[in-house]
Amino acid sequence: MSHQSPIIGTSPIRKEGRAKVLGEAQYIDDLSLPGMWFGATVRSAVARGTIRSITFGEEINWDAYCIVRPADIPGENTIVHLTKDHPCLADGMVNHPEEPILLIAHPDKIALLAALKAVHIEYDELPGVFTIEESEAAVENNDAARIIWPGSDAGGTANCFRQYLMYSGTAEETEDGIAAAFEAADFIIEGEYATGAQEQLYIENNGVIAECFRDATGNIESVCVRGSMQCPYYLVHALTLVFNLPEEKCRVIQTETGGAFGGKEDFPSVIGSHAALLAMKCGHPVKITYDRAEDMAATTKRHPSRTRHRTAVSKDGKLLAGTIDFAIDGGAYATLSPVVLSRGTIHAPGPYKWPFIRVRGKAMATNLPPHGAFRGFGAPQSIFGIERHMDKIAKTIGLTPEELRRRNFLTTGDTTATGQLLSDPVDMQHMLTRALNEAGYHEKLARFAESNKGSAIKRGVGFAAFMHGAGFTGSGEARLNSVVYLDALPDGRAQILVSSTEFGQGTQTILCQVGAQALGIAYEDVIFHQPDTKFVPNSGPTVASRTAMIVGKLIERAGKKMLETLRAAGLSEHHSSDEFKACVKSYLAEHGTLRSSVRYEPPTKIFWDDQLYRGDAYPGYAWAVYVAEVAVDLNTYMATVTRFDALQEVGKVIHPVLAKGQIEGGVAQGIGYAIYEKCMWKDGRMMNNQMTNYIMPTSADLPPIHIHFEEVPCIHGPEGAKGIGELPMDGPAPAILNAIENATGIAFNTIPVLPEDIFERLTSLGHPHGGSEDFNLTVDRDTRVEEVTA
Amino acid sequence: MRSDVSQFDLTAPETLDAVLTQLAAEPGKHTPIAGGTELMVALGIGRLAQRSLISIQHLAELRFIRVEGDAIHIGAGTTFTDIRRSVDIARDLPLLIQSASWTGSVANQNRGTLGGNICNASPAADTPPALLAYGATITLVSTTGRRTLPYADFHLGYKRTALRPDELVHTITLPRTFADYRHYIRKVGTRNAQAISKVALAAVAKMDGDIITDIRLGAASLADRPTRCTAAEVVLISQPINEDTIRAARAALASEAKPIDDIRSTAKYRAAVAENLLEEFLRSLL
Repeated sequence: MSHQSPIIGTSPIRKEGRAKVLGEAQYIDDLSLPGMWFGATVRSAVARGTIRSITFGEEINWDAYCIVRPADIPGENTIVHLTKDHPCLADGMVNHPEEPILLIAHPDKIALLAALKAVHIEYDELPGVFTIEESEAAVENNDAARIIWPGSDAGGTANCFRQYLMYSGTAEETEDGIAAAFEAADFIIEGEYATGAQEQLYIENNGVIAECFRDATGNIESVCVRGSMQCPYYLVHALTLVFNLPEEKCRVIQTETGGAFGGKEDFPSVIGSHAALLAMKCGHPVKITYDRAEDMAATTKRHPSRTRHRTAVSKDGKLLAGTIDFAIDGGAYATLSPVVLSRGTIHAPGPYKWPFIRVRGKAMATNLPPHGAFRGFGAPQSIFGIERHMDKIAKTIGLTPEELRRRNFLTTGDTTATGQLLSDPVDMQHMLTRALNEAGYHEKLARFAESNKGSAIKRGVGFAAFMHGAGFTGSGEARLNSVVYLDALPDGRAQILVSSTEFGQGTQTILCQVGAQALGIAYEDVIFHQPDTKFVPNSGPTVASRTAMIVGKLIERAGKKMLETLRAAGLSEHHSSDEFKACVKSYLAEHGTLRSSVRYEPPTKIFWDDQLYRGDAYPGYAWAVYVAEVAVDLNTYMATVTRFDALQEVGKVIHPVLAKGQIEGGVAQGIGYAIYEKCMWKDGRMMNNQMTNYIMPTSADLPPIHIHFEEVPCIHGPEGAKGIGELPMDGPAPAILNAIENATGIAFNTIPVLPEDIFERLTSLGHPHGGSEDFNLTVDRDTRVEEVTA
Repeated sequence: MRSDVSQFDLTAPETLDAVLTQLAAEPGKHTPIAGGTELMVALGIGRLAQRSLISIQHLAELRFIRVEGDAIHIGAGTTFTDIRRSVDIARDLPLLIQSASWTGSVANQNRGTLGGNICNASPAADTPPALLAYGATITLVSTTGRRTLPYADFHLGYKRTALRPDELVHTITLPRTFADYRHYIRKVGTRNAQAISKVALAAVAKMDGDIITDIRLGAASLADRPTRCTAAEVVLISQPINEDTIRAARAALASEAKPIDDIRSTAKYRAAVAENLLEEFLRSLL
């Protein structure tokens, strides 16, 4: 090994940080190409219907514009995800508001405004469904007029993109066990829990620049799209179908990306295909950037969900058996819903031992814009259900929330609900003890119970315990078959080539740390190649808390492999950075290049059965207990989080400052999810698509967030690191609602909980009125001006 | 940007007189713009109906805070930041300082003006409740002269004011007579910063023992305009603070409140919270 002291576990300056701080980082809207035009999207004004006519107003000189229609698409009119139900441009039929119908480009961006207003589309409207319940009802009632999605050859049925059925054992044995347990149980506890949509609200809106190149005979030779995105190879795949081109003719370059949170996982396939079609038709590079209102109204959000629990419990607090029905609202097209549903289904049982459990999952179609990836990817929804339900069980049978969980936690050597053996050490008992101590939980429980008497401010504490699987589900990582390159450069530095992207979370920095440590050289001597599919291999998408663990491990292996090569070429065992550089230079002088290429291989055998939904669901799990302290003001009915403690076991902390930042940001997003951010829909259209009325918490709304780590190394990640990207999104909402129940005695089971909802429950005596469902979304007397009569 | 800026006119006459002359020459054609924190948002989202703007941001004549005897005169062009930094306002009119601190972000406060906040006439605006509680008067100017009226009479309806198309707000005048008053102000917004009021209440009261000898209440988002809550004031004046008084005051406030359901909240919530805030204030007087 080298002289270098460890780099993993320290907090070197971010690779791209200097350029960002100095304002030198170039985001897509900072970039321009010679002769570039600008593109815009003509969108559906209705939720569902057939297009009767499209007319172009005579006030516009349309010869100056380029217009793309479905017929212009050289390949398939589809944005491919798991199936091909999602058209690139609506052809004859629209299925959600804001659905793209036509594309327009012009050399002058401002000239697009008048053109968009001059396209007149008439529809024959059809009835839509806008909630999980309406979509289910259409199926149950055989209401053909409201079957809005026909089914697919990829496992979908009418109005349902996908269903899963997951048993803790064989189907028969589990059903028998459930039946017997419910027969014998001291308590049977039921509950229903619902979560709303959530906007990712990355700082930089979606945007791309596309080019289309033709050969001497005028045929399309290749396309190139650069832009703000997470997964360059997803866009490559989408372009191959839209343009009927081979992969190597579809080049995608990720530019500096100002936040993503999943919102730039699947969506760039849409805007990227659109810009490329305009570039093809007009013969110029074309830039499309959305403004905030368009981005919020038209792009993906977190799936709304509903979780129904039915649980058999003994009087000493043992979970005997359970059934969970988990449903998500996928929007108008399948997109990634089956995968979101999968993660939600697998996480639904929580970190508990279930002798017998059955989880049913289904993703329903509605006439909302398609919901998509958002940090947590289904898990925050179902974990909200189980962690609220555990508090309900505790209250019903007369145990504390703490004691109930202690009697049912999974531990080392147990198997999860999918039958996965937990061979790495798991100690949730210790995690819970430490988290409650860090938060001062017991002292506060006692103190608040006293101080709440006669006070208009009701304080409370609550917690949530959970696990989050890192990496793709089941056999996903094997299917992804990721590859990384590590190159030795002529100046003796090393360069990482991966399609894994930086979008603020620290990918470049942590992968360079891993590379530097594996090579035994300085952090500064490892650099990161821009994700450009012309040069970088497919290391998989930057999603699913997989980058640090899976791609990091690949970089670690690539580093070790390169070191072996250099050792054979004479590099000493305890080399310095300078000796490394000298050895690289002499190696390159002799051999020309030195590239270490590594392909994914599971460090241990991973078994997964996609049919039975059983086996090793994830390579590794991060474990956590989050504790929330809240204050509910009975004068304003506002709940405020006053302190937050987040304890997680993450394998190995690669970069303490970035890791802490990830957790803080996730907790803040989780607080928004729980008590601030409400997507308000009217006939499928988002009505509050502005920062002024989509209420994301500000720093003035957030409490001190205390972050604590535990480290139990995992064989699947570099130096034992597991994924943490999504984890912090899972715990805040149930912890906060558990705390609100502790403070007020009222059980809220739907998020977000707004002050109006607390008001309604505190004052209604069973007659709902004045809650947030009574908002009038068409009236805004401050930021919109309305005619007022009387 | 959803507006084509080439479709808009902007002029910036050098003096106040020149602005007034232009307004008088073509009444209703031009819209004054000071900090632009409302109009530029409308421009960005493509909803700015006014096509001709006259900038008044640079007019030093409108940007002043003057203490004269028993009154403080504040120029319409005074920014929220100016207000927050004024020692005189902090001493005599603390509610105005507090309300100015609520508005938007620091950047908004550096540009936004008191006159603009009033003329935009949102029922949810931050400073009007304090101005109403303090009994402000407002001085309007035009080429034909100036007139002064109680600020409580300035708002005529939803986004309608007493301002004529040829007039500008020149000065907001507040009495400095609240040294022995108790002050209260609370905004209940959608969040703790950069928020629009769901409801807000400003109050001043003078006590003689447990008897209220004077009380003024100003509210935001309780009606189609910023409102003085006179019905509640009437039942409170000369009364001792006790459970009956509090109950009567809540009922009176409920009778005069005309809140609505909108995208930010519900009428029922607004009415209930306004009553709660009033009660919180009254109990604090004991």
